[in-house]
This record gives sequence, C-alpha cells and structure tokens, in this order.
Amino acid sequence: MAPEPPLLSMSGITKSFPGVRALDGVDLDVQAGEVHCLLGQNGAGKSTLIKVLAGAHQPDTGTIRWRGEEVTLRSPIAAMRLGIATIYQELDLVEHLSVAENVHLGHEPTAAGFVVRGKAARSSTAQLLERLGHPEIDPARLVGDLSAAHQQIVSMARALSHDVRLIVMDEPSAALDPDEVDNLFRIVGDLTSAGVAVVYISHRLEEIRRIGDRVTVLKDGRAVAGGLPAKTTPTRDVVAMMTGRNVEYVFPERPTTDATAGKPLLEVRGLARHGEFEPLDLSVRPGEIVGLAGLVGSGRSEILETIYGARKPSAGHVLVDGRALRPGSVRAAVRAGLGLAPEERKAQALLMLESVTRNVSVSSMSRFSRGGWIDRAAELGAARAATRELSLRPDNPSVPVRTLSGGNQQKAVLARWLLRGCRVLLLDEPTRGVDVGARAELYAVVRRLADEGLAVLLVSSEVPEVLGLADRVLVLREGRVVHTAPARELDEHRVLDLVMEGSPAS
Amino acid sequence: MTQHASPPRDSTGKVPSAGAAPGWRGLMARADVRTLSLLGVLAALIVIGGITKPDEFLDTRNLQLVLTQGSVIGVVTVGMTFVIISGGIDLSVGAIVALASVWATTVATQEYGFAGILFTAVIVGVGCGLVNGVLIAYGAMVPFIATLAMLASARGLALQITDGKTQIVTVPSVLDLGERDAYVLGIPPLVMVFAVVTIIGWLVLNRTTFGRRSVAVGGNAEAARLAGIDVRRQRLYLYLLSGLCCGIAAFMLVILSGSGQNTNGNLYELDAIAAAIIGGTLLSGGRGTITGSVLGVLIFTTITNIFALNNLQSDVQQIAKGAIIVAAVLVQRRTASTT
Ligand SMILES: Nc1ncnc2c1ncn2[C@@H]1O[C@H](COP(=O)(O)OP(=O)(O)OP(=O)(O)O)[C@@H](O)[C@H]1O
Ligand SMILES: [Mg+2]
Repeated sequence: MAPEPPLLSMSGITKSFPGVRALDGVDLDVQAGEVHCLLGQNGAGKSTLIKVLAGAHQPDTGTIRWRGEEVTLRSPIAAMRLGIATIYQELDLVEHLSVAENVHLGHEPTAAGFVVRGKAARSSTAQLLERLGHPEIDPARLVGDLSAAHQQIVSMARALSHDVRLIVMDEPSAALDPDEVDNLFRIVGDLTSAGVAVVYISHRLEEIRRIGDRVTVLKDGRAVAGGLPAKTTPTRDVVAMMTGRNVEYVFPERPTTDATAGKPLLEVRGLARHGEFEPLDLSVRPGEIVGLAGLVGSGRSEILETIYGARKPSAGHVLVDGRALRPGSVRAAVRAGLGLAPEERKAQALLMLESVTRNVSVSSMSRFSRGGWIDRAAELGAARAATRELSLRPDNPSVPVRTLSGGNQQKAVLARWLLRGCRVLLLDEPTRGVDVGARAELYAVVRRLADEGLAVLLVSSEVPEVLGLADRVLVLREGRVVHTAPARELDEHRVLDLVMEGSPAS
Repeated sequence: MTQHASPPRDSTGKVPSAGAAPGWRGLMARADVRTLSLLGVLAALIVIGGITKPDEFLDTRNLQLVLTQGSVIGVVTVGMTFVIISGGIDLSVGAIVALASVWATTVATQEYGFAGILFTAVIVGVGCGLVNGVLIAYGAMVPFIATLAMLASARGLALQITDGKTQIVTVPSVLDLGERDAYVLGIPPLVMVFAVVTIIGWLVLNRTTFGRRSVAVGGNAEAARLAGIDVRRQRLYLYLLSGLCCGIAAFMLVILSGSGQNTNGNLYELDAIAAAIIGGTLLSGGRGTITGSVLGVLIFTTITNIFALNNLQSDVQQIAKGAIIVAAVLVQRRTASTT
C-alpha cells in the first residue's frame, strides 16, 4: 500500500445512545480508490459509524483524520465540504420536490446569490443521471412519483453533485434488481478508477466478493477485524466473525408430505389492475409457500397489496377458504386472516414515534383488550415473545422503534404478524436489510408457520431466496405470469432468463 | 468507557417498564422531563402570583375562579388533544361552543329545563362534530378547511339564532350549579366536570384501543391502514369526540355565565391548540399527552389571572402567551433531539 497516509482514518470512535453503546472504540482506515466494505449483524453499529463520518452524529470520543490531518465534522455540511458524500440506508429525499431540486438541495445553482437557476440545475442533473446510466429519469419529475430503484439513483446523483473523494453507501442494493445492481457496480468501478474511495455496506456477502477490496467487520459496536482482503477471506470466517458462531446459510427442509393435496386456503381469480398487472390466478394451500419472482416494477408488490385489499382491483376477486372477500377492503382481508408485511417498512408499516411493543401489537389489539380496554402486561409479554422469536435487538420491546437499526425494524414488522397469528401471510421483501444470521432464523420461522398450516405468499428480489424457501414459484414479467413451476425444478439462471426475457433494459 | 460489548441494556427510565413501582416514586420515575418542566413553570407562576398580589392571588375565591375559567377551555382542549394527536386540527371548537350555548338557551329549549339545556348543548356539539368528521373522513377534506368552514357557519348560525342578543337563563337548577352553595368541599362543580373529563380522556388515550388507534393514525396513517385499522372511521370518531367536548364546555359556560351568547368561546381554538402544543402534543400528530395539555391550560389561565390582578392589559398578556408558546416548542425540540 502507498506510504502516504490513508484518505480517511477513524480511530477509537465511541458513540452511546441512552442505554446503548452503539460504537465502542472503532477503527476504520480507507484508502483512496478502494472499495471498503463494512459488515456486521443488524445493530452492530454500521449505520452509526457512517453517520459519524457524515457529520450527522457527533462521536463521544475518538479522532478522525482526513488525508493525515485531524478534523472535526460538526455537521453534514462540514463533511460534504471535505468531499464526503453519503447515501443513507433510509432514503432521505424530499418527495414533493423534483429530481433536480433534490439533487441540488442545499447547494442550488443561483444567480445573484439567491435566485435559483432551475434550468441550470436541471441540465446538470440530466448530466449526472446520464453518467449514472439512467438518462430516462426526467429531472423535472417529482421524486415521490419515482420507483424505489430510481429514487436510489437520485440519491446517488445527489452524492455525486458534490466534488466527492469518499462516498458512503449504506445498503444501496437492498431495493435493487439484479441488473440495477450491475449498474451500481459499474458506477462504483468508474468512481474508484477515478481515485474516489467507496465505503460499502451490504448484508449480501456475494456482492462484497464482487466489488470489495477490503472488509472491516463490526460486532456489537467493535471492529473485530479491520482491512481483511475482501476476495480471499472465506465466507465461513467472515460470518463467524460477524455472528460469533457458525451459521449455516441454508434453507429449511421442505416437508415430505405433498401440500398440493389439500384444498386451497387462498385463491385469487382473475385479479387485475389496469396498468399494473394482468388477470392473475393463483392458489396457495395450507402449509404451502408460493414465491413470486420478478423484477422491481413487474407488479409483485401491487399484486400483494391488491390481494390484501389495500388497492382496489379492476377485476377479479380473492377467496379465503372458498369465501370471497370484499374487494378493496383491508379490514375484510385482516378479518379473514390475511397479514401483509409491506415492502416499505418506514412508510407503510412502522409507527416511528412508538415503542416496539405498540408497533407489534397494533394489529392484534383485540387480543389484549376487553371492551376496548387494553391489558398492557399481556400486550408486553406477547410482544416480547414475538420479538424474541426473531431475536430482535435490543431485547427490550419498550424502546422506541425509531432507535432500532434497519434490519431490526424489519423484524418488528414481521413480529406484528407473528403475533397476529394470521392464516395467510403475504411477505413483501421480508429479508430486506436483515443480516445473514437472522435470515436463517427468519426462514426457519416462515417454514415453521407454513408447517403449522399457514399459506404463505412470498415476494423477493433475491432469486435464491425465492427458490430456497418457496415450494412453488410464479415468475412475473411486466405484470404477467410467464411461468409457474415447483421451486426444485428451477434454478437461478432459468428464473433470471425468464424474468428479463424481452424486457427493455431499464 | 470500559463497558464491554455486552448486549444493550434497558433504555432510559422514561420508557414505562412493566413493573414500574406504584405510588409517588413510580409516578416520578415515569414523568418525563417535559411534564416536570411544565409543573415547574406552573409552580413558578404561582410563586409570581403570590409575590405580586399576595392577598388577592392566593385567596380561595380567586383560585376557585381560575380553576373554573380553566375548566371550560380545558374540556375543549382534551378533545382537541385527541384530534391533534391523530394528525388533524379542529378550528371550529370556539364556534361550536358558541352555537351549542345559544341553541341550548333559546326560550324554546329552556322550557325543557335542565335536561333540555344539557341535552341540546351536547347534541349540537356532537352534530357539528359529525359534520366535521364526515367531511374529513369520508369527504376527504383537509381538516383545516373543513373545520374553518364549520367555524364560519356555526358562528353565523349562532348570530342568527340570538340576533346578537344575550339569552338569559331562567332555569334555577342550572343557575344553582354556578352558585357557591353547590361547591363540594370548596370545589366548584365545573372543576369536577373538568377533572372527570380529564381522567376519562387520559384513560381512553393510554389504556384503550381507541387511544392507540388515534395515535397510530396520527403517527402513520398508511401504516395504520395496512395494519387493519379503519382509519376513516377513527377520524370520524375523533371529530365526534371533539364536538362532544365542545357541547359539554358549552353547557359549562352556560352555567358559568348564566346566559348564552353568540360571542361565547371566542378564540377558544387558539387557546386549546396552544395549550396542547405547550403540553408537548406534536402538531404533526403521533404524539401527545392529556397531562401535558391540562398543564398547558392551567398555565394559560394562571397567567391570564395574574395579569388581570396586576391590571396589565390584554395586549401584554397576548405577547406573553406568544412567548410561552415559542419557548415551549423550543424545549420540545431540545428534548426530541436528545432522545
Ligand atoms: N437514535 C438512536 N437512539 C438510540 N439507539 C440508537 C439510535 N440509533 C441507533 N441506535 C442503536 O445503536 C445500535 C447500532 O445501530 P446501527 O443503526 O448503527 O446498526 P447497523 O449496523 O446499521 O444495523 P442494520 O444492519 O440493521 O442496519 C443499535 O443497537 C441501535 O438500536
Ligand atoms: Mg444500518
């Protein structure tokens, strides 16, 4: 390695929140032009560390050196001035502003110091989007109207609109399709060959193999390994360092009995929504896990939400136990035993100001109440049991859900439906942001629920997950089912081919 | 600093744990910084009042008066707190109080005596709440607009009914409730009504599914919907509740003033919203407490009283109130960012 000082060197960083020591003396060195990966379980402190680096949190102790000189990052602006840009785990775009306005937020090109030059902003945004491989995004559109993947790109354009030397990406691939991920990696490659350093956080180890140069592993707020070679360290070792034990990254056994024998519990007949997906038939039997594979934008989430009654179908209906549900009514669906873990946990599932307990119990309040009166001890006990089952951390359901790490927030959403005890479980990207160890646990829980007689409908962008967990897979393309087969008759390549075939590169 | 990587322990004492110690100590442990600081402000005001006007302020009659005045606006504030927690706003409370108080004191109504007046006040309040609720929940109108329209039309209707005249109450059983003879152990009946409304409000907010749903709707309406809560019906109930509180407050005002007037309840909406916000209710919804709102009301009425005793004009009073609102919101920000 070069004799000159590293681009960034953080040492002895500690950061405590009330009751939690999120960082406990962490060191991190980053060289110019490298991709430095941060690994660690949910709640290990990755996001906290990069927020310290971004000037969003002030460390309690520790020093930060930037090109050899000690610096204090008092605010996000201070970090940006040095050339540190951050793409946060929870996207932080302003939905009601346009793409160009978001990209230039805080440093708008101006005339006479205060008149915003909208045209200049739009054309420079268009250039950035072009560079990011997405010239089709219109700089004048509202960010709220864009897909999650495109919002991610806008975030990236915002980061690049500054003169960056270090760019931090906190789980950027969680919301992306395989080909979007390829595009992301191409951008990362361009950046590093221009000498920009990248700090990359992901729970997908295979990604780290592909683009990472070095790896730092965090566990319980400490760096248990710093600067390991990303490509040659065995996965087993990395996982053992992260979790402190040996996790077998395997899917649970499928039951030997044939689930196709029973009567379907969930039936969807000719369900359609104009412009989103075409008439769809599917059925799920008790004990069966059915997977929906497809690209982002192929209508998977829309299908789940329509089945759940959150969107009104333009045709068709949903039957549970042979009885038709009132279309477009979430309450009818919930009463019939449906549960949905939605894709966007922050916007669609979590009550950010409330405790974990209340987030978990919100769909089953009638179980702890009599005549509207809540038995709080019973509520807390049940919430504790449900969150323990998913090993949610910290192990105290009274803390506000907003203080949980991203992956643990996801677990809180799942715990809600575990507690509710529904008969049909609709899972939309259930493992997004969930760490390797917890994933294995989660898979086991889903399979166990199925074995207990639940019908499960699973959507996931991760093809191996669909293939490993589901019994039967429906492959979707542009709102249409193009293939149905038992999971064991498919492999990843086949699914990807089916999914991409004929679809325009987007 | 040398704490090792142990699993994170329990969070701050603020979070109520299952087995919180009962009694005063348990209460203190649970009370958050904000409640304590509000209590501190109230205590400071009482000291100021006691120093500036030792004889008049601490006089029993004066304290009874302060509490009685606070009670009417207090009942309105309890309803308002629920509405704001759910992410809404009710600008029409003052106008509803006015309309309910004049409708309840027309000659025709007074013929039905005590029950007629009480019943009419409550029904008019709930009826206005129903209109607000239906427009907002099912007509998808913005609460600000719907209740602003209600404000205008309810005041207009009140004026039409009274033709600008004061309607004197002639029903003795109603008037008696405002007399000193009706005080129980020195506590005016209206104050007791306020106390009961407060306790019920606290229980409903903290211990019932209705309260939970209100908070959920305000915190994240989409998440609440997907969790299976009937968001629209909940919104309707919340405006009904606010209307009900206005009806009760109107009846209290009739007792207090012995009359019904179309100018009753003037600017109650501002006082109620301000009291709720001082008490820590987030204007964006999702968080708030009844305790905080009630303390907010008491702080406001105490200030008004101290100013009146010291012969300070109401403009000074308004400026002081404004300053308090700003200070409270700043404190709120501080405590929010340190958690
Ligand atoms: N504002 C906060 N208040 C209290 N605790 C917090 C706060 N932010 C983070 N924490 C705690 O700090 C710890 C580290 O969280 P962090 O978000 O850094 O984890 P992470 O490694 O990014 O996890 P994930 O993979 O799930 O995103 C967790 O225990 C979390 O609960
Ligand atoms: Mg994180």
